[in-house]
Amino acid sequence: MIEIENINKSFGKLKVLDNVNLSCKKGECIALIGPNACGKTTLIKSILGMVISDSGVIKFNGHSIHKSFEYRASIGYMPQIGRYPDNMSISGIVEMVKDIRNHKGDLDEELFEKFRLKELGSKFMRTLSGGTTQKVSATLAFLFNPDVLILDEPTAGLDPLASEILKEKIIREKEKGKLILITSHLLSELDELITQIIFMQEGKVVFHKNTTELKSETGEEKISKAIAHILKQQQA
Amino acid sequence: MNRIAKIVLMDILRNRIVIVYTIMLACLSWSVFALEDNSSKGLLTLLNIILLTVPLVSVIFSTIYIYNSQEFIELLLSQPLQRKKIWRSLFYGLSLSLSLSFLIGAGLPILLFSPADIAWMMVLMGCAISIIFAALAMLSSIFTRDKARGIGIAIALWLLFSLLFDGLVMFLSFQFAEYPIEKPMVAIVALNPIDLARILILLHLDVSAMMGQTGAIFKDSFGTNSGIAITLGILALWVIMPYQLSLKRFERKDL
Repeated sequence: MIEIENINKSFGKLKVLDNVNLSCKKGECIALIGPNACGKTTLIKSILGMVISDSGVIKFNGHSIHKSFEYRASIGYMPQIGRYPDNMSISGIVEMVKDIRNHKGDLDEELFEKFRLKELGSKFMRTLSGGTTQKVSATLAFLFNPDVLILDEPTAGLDPLASEILKEKIIREKEKGKLILITSHLLSELDELITQIIFMQEGKVVFHKNTTELKSETGEEKISKAIAHILKQQQA
Repeated sequence: MNRIAKIVLMDILRNRIVIVYTIMLACLSWSVFALEDNSSKGLLTLLNIILLTVPLVSVIFSTIYIYNSQEFIELLLSQPLQRKKIWRSLFYGLSLSLSLSFLIGAGLPILLFSPADIAWMMVLMGCAISIIFAALAMLSSIFTRDKARGIGIAIALWLLFSLLFDGLVMFLSFQFAEYPIEKPMVAIVALNPIDLARILILLHLDVSAMMGQTGAIFKDSFGTNSGIAITLGILALWVIMPYQLSLKRFERKDL
């Protein structure tokens, strides 16, 4: 579904993405992990066309995304820090995005209802807490039934209840055969969700493995421990 | 008009600064025409006020608006929208709302109190200046991420075109007073949209008769129909060039 071939990106002298090659298929739930500033968000933004890579090709369903925009109709994106116009209300934002997308199929308003955003509908974005802003981001990401979900630190800032709602939602969408790409630092949270792991470090992909494969290779039960195991091996 | 331009337009029209700007223009125009019994004199006074305030408000308001729309732009970029379309919508929204403010605030009294042809020319120039400075604002805001620096560039552009440029022209004309500089002067004036607008309007007023030989040459170059067409063409270039340049940068920008 998404093919990334030899992507490079530098911000000034800093090399953020260094010859990244990846391939993501339908039905996979991929965790993109790595230390801070390893290029996760830049990689995601390159897929979305918000950051334009210096060289290399990103293909979506076999077509290069360069100078194309239609493909974003099948992506739901939840940013790490959702930034919205201050002077718009929650329902104003949701209506505006609906208006812009001009979506023909069914809308998925499950999260909108479960997060009880309707009762907050008239509140302005500048008055919202970080967690509520995250809820708005999540709602917008799932609203149009996209084939691909890109979630950048989805549970950061959410209370346990909301984070549980979101996790259940992700699992349900995964079972529908969608491609889900998650970045997170909370490895323990990911255990029940993911099927694949991409580990990045200093702009390079260190490995891209199946979780079952990873667990059997390291002999660990939990993903977090398996990763710690690999990191220790690397250092040794 | 596309959906996003409409959203931007509605957002700007609700903006307090734009409303105050409209009221300010209206107060100025109505009081100028109420004080002067000669509409031509009133128009001249108003021309000077407008050529000072309209570019200033247009360029600074637009620059600040674009910086404040950063979040909005980011939100739009993750949607299936062309970058070109997002930038174009912002430009449409800004230039339409600023022109509308000018039309309601200053255009209405001008059309009511002055003879038709000069009034329309003045309204056209007011809108052209609003749009040109909106385009310049888009250029200054795309060049730097820093809001303070962007607004600084916007103010510098306004200073250049409304004050410094005239000083430069004055300096040149004194330095080369012994040479026939009227024709090169016409070319130099084309480098400043505010001067172009001013000359185009002055030539439609009776006062142009008092401008001597320079006035005669200007009348020859700007006063004829083809001259007016060329001037309008140059003003259009003043919109297109900064806008296209900013668009090119926006298409390559990382957000």
